[in-house]
Amino acid sequence: MTAPALSLKNLSKSFGPAQIINDVNLDIAKGERHAIIGPNGAGKSTLFNLISGLYTPTSGTVSLNGTLISGVPPHEINRMGLSRSFQVSNIFANMTVRENVRCGVLHSLGQGYSFWKSVTSSKAVQEKTFEVLEHCALVDKANTPAALLPYADQRALEIAITIAGGANVILLDEPTAGMSHSETDRAVELIRKSSEGKTLVIVEHDMGVIFDLADRISVLVYGEIIASAPPSEIRGDPKVREAYLGDEALPEETA
Amino acid sequence: MSDATQNHADLAPSTGAKFRQRTLPILIFVAIILAIPMTDPSRTMLTLIHQMAINIVFALAYNMLLGKGGMLSFGHAVYFGLGGYFCMHVMNWIEEGSGIWGSYPTFFLPVMGFVAGGLAAAVIGSFSCRRAGTTFAMISLGVAELVFSGAFMFDSLFGGEQGINGDRMNGPEVFGLSMGPMQDIYWFMAFWTVVGIVAMYAFTRTPLGRLSEATRDNPQRVQFIGYNPTRVRWLVFTISGAFAGLAGGMSAVNYEIFTPEALSLIPSGFVLIMAYVGGITYFAGPIMGAILLTYMSSMMSDFTEAWLLYLGLMFVIIVMYAPRGIAGIVFGFWDGLRGAQSGEFLKRTLIQLAGCLLMLLGLIVLVEVSIRWSNGWGEVFEPYGMHFGHDSILTWIVIVVPIVAGAAILRYLGREKEEMPA
Amino acid sequence: METIVFALLNGVIYGLLLFMLSSGLTLIFSMMGVLNFAHASFYMLGAYFAFTISGSTTFWIALFVAPVLVGLVGAVVERYGLRKVHANGHVAELLFTFGLAYLIEEIVKIVYGKTAVDYRIPDLLNFPAFTIYGASFPAYRIFMLFIAIGMLIGLWYLLKKTRAGLIIQAALTHPHMVGHLGHNVPLIFMTVFGIGCAMAGLAGVIAGNIFVTDPAMAVQMGPIVFVVVVVGGIGSLEGAFLASLLIGLIQNFAVGINASFAEIFWFTGLSPTSEIGDITISSLAPVMPFLLLVLMLIFRPRGLMGEQEL
Repeated sequence: MTAPALSLKNLSKSFGPAQIINDVNLDIAKGERHAIIGPNGAGKSTLFNLISGLYTPTSGTVSLNGTLISGVPPHEINRMGLSRSFQVSNIFANMTVRENVRCGVLHSLGQGYSFWKSVTSSKAVQEKTFEVLEHCALVDKANTPAALLPYADQRALEIAITIAGGANVILLDEPTAGMSHSETDRAVELIRKSSEGKTLVIVEHDMGVIFDLADRISVLVYGEIIASAPPSEIRGDPKVREAYLGDEALPEETA
Repeated sequence: MSDATQNHADLAPSTGAKFRQRTLPILIFVAIILAIPMTDPSRTMLTLIHQMAINIVFALAYNMLLGKGGMLSFGHAVYFGLGGYFCMHVMNWIEEGSGIWGSYPTFFLPVMGFVAGGLAAAVIGSFSCRRAGTTFAMISLGVAELVFSGAFMFDSLFGGEQGINGDRMNGPEVFGLSMGPMQDIYWFMAFWTVVGIVAMYAFTRTPLGRLSEATRDNPQRVQFIGYNPTRVRWLVFTISGAFAGLAGGMSAVNYEIFTPEALSLIPSGFVLIMAYVGGITYFAGPIMGAILLTYMSSMMSDFTEAWLLYLGLMFVIIVMYAPRGIAGIVFGFWDGLRGAQSGEFLKRTLIQLAGCLLMLLGLIVLVEVSIRWSNGWGEVFEPYGMHFGHDSILTWIVIVVPIVAGAAILRYLGREKEEMPA
Repeated sequence: METIVFALLNGVIYGLLLFMLSSGLTLIFSMMGVLNFAHASFYMLGAYFAFTISGSTTFWIALFVAPVLVGLVGAVVERYGLRKVHANGHVAELLFTFGLAYLIEEIVKIVYGKTAVDYRIPDLLNFPAFTIYGASFPAYRIFMLFIAIGMLIGLWYLLKKTRAGLIIQAALTHPHMVGHLGHNVPLIFMTVFGIGCAMAGLAGVIAGNIFVTDPAMAVQMGPIVFVVVVVGGIGSLEGAFLASLLIGLIQNFAVGINASFAEIFWFTGLSPTSEIGDITISSLAPVMPFLLLVLMLIFRPRGLMGEQEL
């Protein structure tokens, strides 16, 4: 048995007296598509920030493919093969779409911090950039400044930057938030295609998306995971219904 | 070859566009440099051009930080100065012929400035780049004060108030230049300015150059594409310091003296103003700013003692109304002329210009009259044979009327624009 | 013995003076995100206004009127200048205040001349307060101490006991929430900027006459105030207070120590005639704040009381 792609052990995080994440244990196997759901303020984004290295845990550990990564700075975690997107579009607004993706590609192709060669000199970088643009259907907008993109395309670009580095564990934070139905369908297709053969962890409010995509779902309520099971079981779990599905209508299309 | 390679080339700008945007401006610049000596410029003119050359390189180096890296420094003259000081020492070693230095050509002194400026920036940047944004700005100011005050404690390195001087006419000749006459120095300046501009433009096209822009826009995201923003900042800071040192080396050869004043907050502030007034969002902006402000500082200080006040006013007005600087105004004007409603645009611009000139007129009279009144030597502002005494009502009419009229015109234009449907 | 007492007193007075400047800077920075580069220029304006007012009336009227005038100038600057550049971000705001500092200095030069003006201590306070070991301590410095402490109490009262103070405090800890309060944010910004400037002005009124009132006084004070804010930890009033006192004391004690490096590090065999051995502690006094800044950045980048940067 190989080590799980991601493993959280007794993970806790508090800000002053407020305990946001409370003793979370979770193993995500390689190749799994795992969704995390929960009401607003349950700590989903905090959990992502803990995994990706933005926050240091108050106690407990995070391991990536068996290597301990809690306390490691985000850029090093990224180099170890974990990449993430953000809930709010977090792109390089003053650059074109192509330059955005190219920045995402650079490190994985060994460009480092080099300042002695042109960014266009590496054929591999150009090709990989094009491949990612094509994959995310952004080729025709390649030379548009990112800030001028329509919202749905900005979200697609967000995913494009996330996958550009070729990470094998991908964290997506509400990738379809604020999208229309047709845009959501397109995004789901993109996510499905991008996560083939990779491990995907996704936070999402749109239950349609979740039950469509996920192999397994974890329910986070007040910083604790109250259930972690395949979609069919989650639907019938009375604890989940009470804590989450029961007292709130299925929150479709909340921003 | 697969389809992909065919296609990715299509995304890049065409060869023609590349030539127009990148090669052509450099060729024009080189042509101007080659043409200047043919006009047989006076000594004054050459002195001015040499100062411009130094400032162009310095302002571009500064903009690597501010424009491309988003790091506002109030103390970049430190690296200019340290680079220059090191060159002064090397110049003296060349004269003494000590060790290998005896065979080092003065022509290549700016390389030494580059190394010294880069080293100093690497050391200082190792702690100052830990913070970004306004904190970095405050730190840069504190560090600059420390270096400036410290310089007075080590006379053997900085020469105290008198500074360190040297003689550039030693060492082996290169390109047949004895480095003595102004004309020789002209070619020296031309060479290093072109080298500096080309190298700094090339830098913007490297992976680090791109990452520097990415870090400016969004340091958090940079972490999640595998880069450490602090390290990006530190590298950019080091390289910017190195080019500032290069400019310092040019200055050392030009003036053959360096004093601790070169490290102070005054040149640091001036380079910030040059880059910003020129336009930090354009590569060419700082070049324009350096040329314009060098010209103004040498010409206007002869005409008026209040030149620093005009400089400050210009800076504040640019910050408030034209944050993209002179380059933004020039390129905006050019785009407007080529736009659909060029006639309408031209009319608007001319009215706007008239409004600005009116306000400027009133302001100049106000400043010039006040300054003479305040000096108390009974001197009177008398441009073109007119007589503006501070005690005559006419003077105050000439001050108030244009300012009010100009302001009214600009306000009217602003209103009209708001009412126009977008 | 008297050296220590005097250094202690002078250090505290100078420290409190620094706090009058740095507290305003911190308030403005925490509330508005604006780093006011021209803060020391308002300090200078305070001294010059007081010079003019006390020339035609008395020092006591200047003490009240000059800070108010400076505060009004600050409010006008915020309303008609800063607010315009606000949309372009914090760096643009910082650049605006940088230009403003330039302008204020040049205007002061035109109005008051390039050399120092004769701004004096009021006769009423021009006597020695006490004498120890034959050295006397001027009464005016004691008066400064009281003014500074009075301002400290006033600031504390404003923050802890008034409604505006509560909003300011909330903004200090949660900078993003002020916008959600439904309060008139532009008005609050203008007021805070005005009050901050008025505090700097008050510092200028009471310090301009024991130091020198000249157009360079802003440039001399400005960087030190920035150091105080960084060393204390950005956005922390407590930190600014500690750092102000620390720097005030360090500088004043350093001035009194004439020992050279050669004497202190005698065990290293440093020659007293060498350049490094010749440096005395007192000659280092002016650069002490900046040395402290560098050391702080290396060993504790977030400052004395600052939040960890995420």
